[in-house]
Amino acid sequence: MGLVSQLRASISTRFDIPSGILPREHHTKLPTGIRALDKLTSGGIARGTLTEIAGPVSSGRTAILFSLLAQATGQGECCAFIDATGSFDPLSAAQAGADLDRVLWINCAGKTEHALKATDLIIQAGGFGLVVLDLADTPDREAARIPLASWFRLRHAAERNSTALLLAETRINARSCSTVQIELHRKRPLWSGLLFRGLLAGAESRKHYQALTAEFEAVR
Amino acid sequence: MYACIHSPGNLPLLIECARGFSPYIEETSPDTVVFDVRGLESLHGPPPQLAREIERRVGLPANIAIAANPDAAIHAARGIRGITTIPKGREAEALAPLSLNLLGGSAETADLLDLWGIRSFGDFAKLPPLGVAARLGEEGLWLQRLARGEDHRQLRPLEDPLQFEESMDLDHPVELLEPLSFILARLLNEICRRLRARALSAGQIRLRLILENAPEHFTALEMPVPMLDEKAFLKMLQLDLSARPPAAPVLKVLLSAEPVKPRRTQQGLFVPATPEPEKLELTIARIKHFAGADKAGAAVLVDTNRPDSFVLRSFAPRPVSSQPKPSALFSAQQADPRLALRRYRPPRYAQVIVIHERPARITSPALSGSVVMAKGPWRTSGDWWQQEDWNRDEWDIEVAAGGLYRLFQELNSRRWFIEGSYD
Repeated sequence: MGLVSQLRASISTRFDIPSGILPREHHTKLPTGIRALDKLTSGGIARGTLTEIAGPVSSGRTAILFSLLAQATGQGECCAFIDATGSFDPLSAAQAGADLDRVLWINCAGKTEHALKATDLIIQAGGFGLVVLDLADTPDREAARIPLASWFRLRHAAERNSTALLLAETRINARSCSTVQIELHRKRPLWSGLLFRGLLAGAESRKHYQALTAEFEAVR
Repeated sequence: MYACIHSPGNLPLLIECARGFSPYIEETSPDTVVFDVRGLESLHGPPPQLAREIERRVGLPANIAIAANPDAAIHAARGIRGITTIPKGREAEALAPLSLNLLGGSAETADLLDLWGIRSFGDFAKLPPLGVAARLGEEGLWLQRLARGEDHRQLRPLEDPLQFEESMDLDHPVELLEPLSFILARLLNEICRRLRARALSAGQIRLRLILENAPEHFTALEMPVPMLDEKAFLKMLQLDLSARPPAAPVLKVLLSAEPVKPRRTQQGLFVPATPEPEKLELTIARIKHFAGADKAGAAVLVDTNRPDSFVLRSFAPRPVSSQPKPSALFSAQQADPRLALRRYRPPRYAQVIVIHERPARITSPALSGSVVMAKGPWRTSGDWWQQEDWNRDEWDIEVAAGGLYRLFQELNSRRWFIEGSYD
């Protein structure tokens, strides 16, 4: 630490530039409504940041998205759901508690570039508390082709407008642009007699110094 | 001074004629209009000359009366043929011979006056006011003032229908969108200026383009909230025209706006910010331009059991109350998240091998593999009285690869489909 201080002092005397570590901005958080995940993320997803939720089919990604929509719309926020593949089910969202009147659904019918453009326009318009970009059914190769510059652009736009930008996908794509990365995995389905009752999923936070894990049940 | 024209069956003509003299016109009845002619002496001369000018402009047989108050003019025009001018202060004398039937009032009062033998305005005017008040009350006194030509009231002016339309004939047919945009901008500016002058906003913008050798092109932009932003309107029209260009060069442009009262909302200090309506509408128009007109909006569930039933309407979130609903938040916090369905639109066709009446293996471009668990069937059907009925057995399945899906069999066609995945 002593060497770092000496180096900083010598640089600051020789160059008239600001130096040091930028203090992390304090962002208010939007709770996910799922106790285990709120604990994992220290209170929910932060506004003005990009949060990634990645996992395979039937790992509870959409359940988290709809739970967040329910939380945000319950607080009177306007939300946007940019649906890259047209798989949004309004009935499921309503059953999760989302107020559909406050959710702008944009169906991009499989066109990823349209989804990115729409996300950018929506964030720039301002006034949306939560913007969800759903790439969960987009093929991995197509999602991986999205340049890092696009994610930077979206993250900066979200920062400027204090919008919580949430990205659902199969694998982590935004890498260093996202503030929080949550990886989900399917643990087991919950069968009860003749009924399919739900599923048990595990979550792991990737951007913490120590791996944090949680488990939650998504029920029908 | 007020002038009255009485001519049965010619109301539009009477109003048109009255407009030539005054903006304050009252449509008293389908055959009578009365209007303010104060200050017209210097233009048309004394009242008899003014009355002759009115008669000349009407051009039809009509009774015309000019008096110091509207009711005296109305009664004189209804009861006296030709032209009548009543000098101020001599109304009672001029109206005295008129039949009491012209006076109006309730049927009981009219019957009572008839029983008393009162037949004319003059007879009624002579009665002592105190006695009239004692026997006929407030209405009697008012009728007597009318009969004497003493009642002074304000006109109830006819309001012009609010029309905000602009048009432009083009010397040369316009083929490109850019020059057309300049014309649209000019017309929009004029319409918005007129709306602003009347403190109104636009609820809908309609554009009609008369084309060369082609049917006319029509566009209506519906605003979810009242708006008055010419730049936003222009951009929306440009986006619409570029998505759906006219079929032929444009000969004439007609633009109109539907006037509505402007929105007045006071946002609370502690409620979340919402998108600015003008900006939001423009953003949605831009998104619809590349994604498709029916691809953006707020979903509204339809009251039916038919799967995947909803309608998409324009996104216009209602204002929130100052405090969020605590009960909704509490319940959402405490409950486990709801499992969601991710739909395939349309449902994907699949070939299914059934063993012991249960799906055992599934093959489709979206998903293939053996079924390790299947729960069902759950039978649903409906709308059997319509052409588009549904009748199916649903299964919840887990495939060997690990995904959980909803599978259904159309019972009419016996074909299998994957409806979506649980997530």
